Amino acid sequence: MSARANKALTAKLAVVVVAMFGFGYLLVPLYDLFCEITGVGGRTGTVTESTAALAKADVSRDVTVEFTAATAPGLPWEFHPLQRKVTVHPGAVTEVFYLARSKSRRATAGQAVPSVAPFDASRHFKKIECFCFTSQQLAPFEERRMAVRFVVDRELPPAVHTVTLSYMFYNVDAAAAADSTATAAATGEKT
Amino acid sequence: MASIDTTVSHDNHGDHAQPYGIMRWLTTTNHKDIGTMYLVFALLMLLVGGLMALLIRAELFEPGLQVLDPARFNQMTTLHALVMIFGAVMPGFVGFANWQVPLMIGAPDMALPRLNNFSFWILPFAFTLLLGSLLTADGGPASGWTLYAPLSVQGGMGVDMTIFAIHMMGVSSILGAINIIVTIFNLRAPGMTLMKMPLFVWTWLITAFLLIAVMPVLAGAVTMLLTDRHFGTAFFDPGGGGDPVMFQHIFWFFGHPEVYIMILPAFGIISQIIPTFARKPLFGYDSMVFATAAIAFLSFAVWAHHMFTVGMPLAGELYFMYATMLIAVPTGVKIFNWVATMWRGAMTFETPMLFAVSVVFLFTIGGLSGLMLAIVPADFQYHDTYFVVAHFHYVLFSGAVMAMMGGAYYWLPKWTGHRYNETLGKWHFWLTAVFFNITFFPQHFLGLAGMPRRIPDYALQFTEFNMVSTIGAFGLGIAQLLFVYIVVRCIIGGERADARVWEGAEGLEWTLPSPPPAHTFTTPPKIA
Amino acid sequence: MSRTASALTPALAAALVLASAPARAAWDLNLPPPVTPLAAQILDLHNLILWICVVIFIGVFGVMFYSTYAHRKSRGYRAAQFSHNTRLEILWSVIPAVILVVMAVPSTVTLIEMEDTTRSDLSVKITGYQWFWEYEYMDSGYSFYSRLSTPREQIENRAAKGEHYLLEVDNELVLPVGKKVRFVLTANDVIHAWWVPKLGIKKDAIPGYVSEMWAVIEKEGVYRGQCAELCGKDHGFMPIVVRAVSAAEFEAWLGERAASAAGAAETVTETVTIHPGAAVSDVDSTVTVGG
Repeated sequence: MSARANKALTAKLAVVVVAMFGFGYLLVPLYDLFCEITGVGGRTGTVTESTAALAKADVSRDVTVEFTAATAPGLPWEFHPLQRKVTVHPGAVTEVFYLARSKSRRATAGQAVPSVAPFDASRHFKKIECFCFTSQQLAPFEERRMAVRFVVDRELPPAVHTVTLSYMFYNVDAAAAADSTATAAATGEKT
Repeated sequence: MASIDTTVSHDNHGDHAQPYGIMRWLTTTNHKDIGTMYLVFALLMLLVGGLMALLIRAELFEPGLQVLDPARFNQMTTLHALVMIFGAVMPGFVGFANWQVPLMIGAPDMALPRLNNFSFWILPFAFTLLLGSLLTADGGPASGWTLYAPLSVQGGMGVDMTIFAIHMMGVSSILGAINIIVTIFNLRAPGMTLMKMPLFVWTWLITAFLLIAVMPVLAGAVTMLLTDRHFGTAFFDPGGGGDPVMFQHIFWFFGHPEVYIMILPAFGIISQIIPTFARKPLFGYDSMVFATAAIAFLSFAVWAHHMFTVGMPLAGELYFMYATMLIAVPTGVKIFNWVATMWRGAMTFETPMLFAVSVVFLFTIGGLSGLMLAIVPADFQYHDTYFVVAHFHYVLFSGAVMAMMGGAYYWLPKWTGHRYNETLGKWHFWLTAVFFNITFFPQHFLGLAGMPRRIPDYALQFTEFNMVSTIGAFGLGIAQLLFVYIVVRCIIGGERADARVWEGAEGLEWTLPSPPPAHTFTTPPKIA
Repeated sequence: MSRTASALTPALAAALVLASAPARAAWDLNLPPPVTPLAAQILDLHNLILWICVVIFIGVFGVMFYSTYAHRKSRGYRAAQFSHNTRLEILWSVIPAVILVVMAVPSTVTLIEMEDTTRSDLSVKITGYQWFWEYEYMDSGYSFYSRLSTPREQIENRAAKGEHYLLEVDNELVLPVGKKVRFVLTANDVIHAWWVPKLGIKKDAIPGYVSEMWAVIEKEGVYRGQCAELCGKDHGFMPIVVRAVSAAEFEAWLGERAASAAGAAETVTETVTIHPGAAVSDVDSTVTVGG
């Protein structure tokens, strides 16, 4: 075989290699899509107030929503829910509160990441308003009540009776967070 | 006949003004020289990785910390795996491919000889970098060879050195794979149709495609890790909108095909050895080819079976369980075909055959424990325990490594022109097989009893089997020194081997003198 | 054969030495005795699959070893030259497939049950840290840390090792028997995995995410386990101890502990309270809203 044939085939294979490297990165959005569809990672959905208001509550069903919270290492905050659990009807809009308290002498900023268990429930757990949509800044020793308005949609599988909502607050640079639009945009997509 | 051919070959040799000494090896573009270098490098890495394994086993001989502190222990388990996978098994198989693929398809050399030289010489630098990480202040990588984020984000400079080393190994493997594919597609002798190729060539062709498909994905994954560590990206950091589990998905998208990259060429070697010593053609050649291809395709569809305990929707778990179980079918076909090849043959049991038969036997133990691991509810109990450690050593040591040893005994007389010492060879086999089982069989029981993997110290009820395992490991390690001795002796001298070497050997490589001249099949052979 | 025997000699010698080792010997060969219905199902499933594998193994290698014995050149056997048998090849593709279906059915049944975390009696949140665990009873908010209690001297071989070496903690997780406990898992730093073999449950605890599993413990007792996902230097030193007690005993224990923890939280200044669960005093009782 000629050297030309070798070169041609090598070039084709090199294209495959480059494409597969790209595919590795393509797996990132593909994985996000996969999570959205299957609920892997406990990602929650979002919905607007007006859409949520249209749905009628299914008063024949009770769902217990449990709340829990954590702060990642490096963020000097206390953070916990102000109610351990609520019982809601699917379709009804509910508001709950978390409390964050800074223990630092300096201004600090955190970004909350939500997660819902079980997987089956996560895409039916829809937030209308949430402190996790943007990064939160606390002044030294500031204490703040943070609200979450959510609705558990009526499509929630009938087998699910208990849903756990967890927030973990991560440290974000306070200076960078002041210009929080970028962070909000980045994380808003995933909430 | 053979002696005449040899003289001719020496004349041939003289025609080229080849550099001698170190320059010969640095500049060589000859597939035989490069094959030799790959094999020597793989053997060296087998010893380095083996030494790490012995340190690990010494620490685990009894409860309490004696030999390694926990941080060093984690570095040893991580580097043992990386060195064995990327340093011993993969280069070893590339060495076999370099030597054998041109000889088996009647090609004068590899298609891209200069690239071939380059892809080998990347490796010593890559492993210097990898092993050099042990000397940094924070030590080497300690997150396991799977480099799971966020643990791997925590490490020091050693992790960065590992990432660069993996990039280099990846480039080396990809170039090697491209070379093999081009050689097989473009340089087959006239008449050597695809379905006439020896099975070793087939398994390597499929392996090479797996390599170019998944090594770039690994490169992508570790690049993301690197940018997460230093350049402010948040692919795997939940605080920045990333997801640590995504690393595992991307990693195992590479990692599962990687498992087959390490076993398919071994299947190829076994499929050459068994017919030779059974003096009977390979049973079910076509189904062997299709089974190999089927295993390769399925390997892309089962990655998440490594991560059942991460948590997945039920449908996902069921899918990955069924898909994984399905792999047992083509793998079973291979086992049955080898047994059918032996059936009603006229068998003799020289060292290569001993290794081949034991690979079929021991690999099947690893295959069956793999099937058990596919059963999700049971996997929750087995996952990340010594049961898994036992499983993958049955697949990778008594599958891949012992197949390579069998292949080395099988082709050494061809490559060197000398017969190795058969008595010592058999000794080496029995010591290896027996000590291997003493080392790894008890680990099944340890895992079932509840011993997690990757721990430097353990509760008292695990003591006995750990002692047995450690004793076995030292026996296994010492037995490999015998292998080195046998190989060196065989290279230096010994009884002269004729062209055919083995009575039942079939194939183009056996039509050449032993050792083959530097340049072979410069005019393509005639294929019947 | 004599070669095999001589190779085995050191192994046998080693086995003899070990057999005469102190009588704490535990040559456990199988999964530990289960104490939950799920663990019992897993054990049955494991045994079923294991024996199917053993039978297949003996069958295939019985044939192979008969062949290596009977079809030897040294016995004057002449090689047949067949290389295909389509019927046989189809047969040995189909039979394994059927066996796989036989294995898949009970596996699927058990798996569906494992994933069913609904209708639980209480929820316990498990958080993995480098390198200890935190447990929170979600109904009362009472939480505590659980760390290895084996003294350093034992690990460094300066003192004799205790019976539960490396499998003992300062604060055990206390659970009631006969109740469906739902575990909610997460981690604070890196990925950990919570595993107690006798309960038959293992799941990764992943930072930023919550996942769940469940268990009904049927027998009172102490059950020990370990972190099962490499999580750094002291991965081998973060054990899990579960003490299962009667429901009444559990209620009494939890009531007392939660009350004293609440009292402690009031007296402790806020800056030294290091985890959110400790501030239980200002958490409202269960409220019902919506509708």
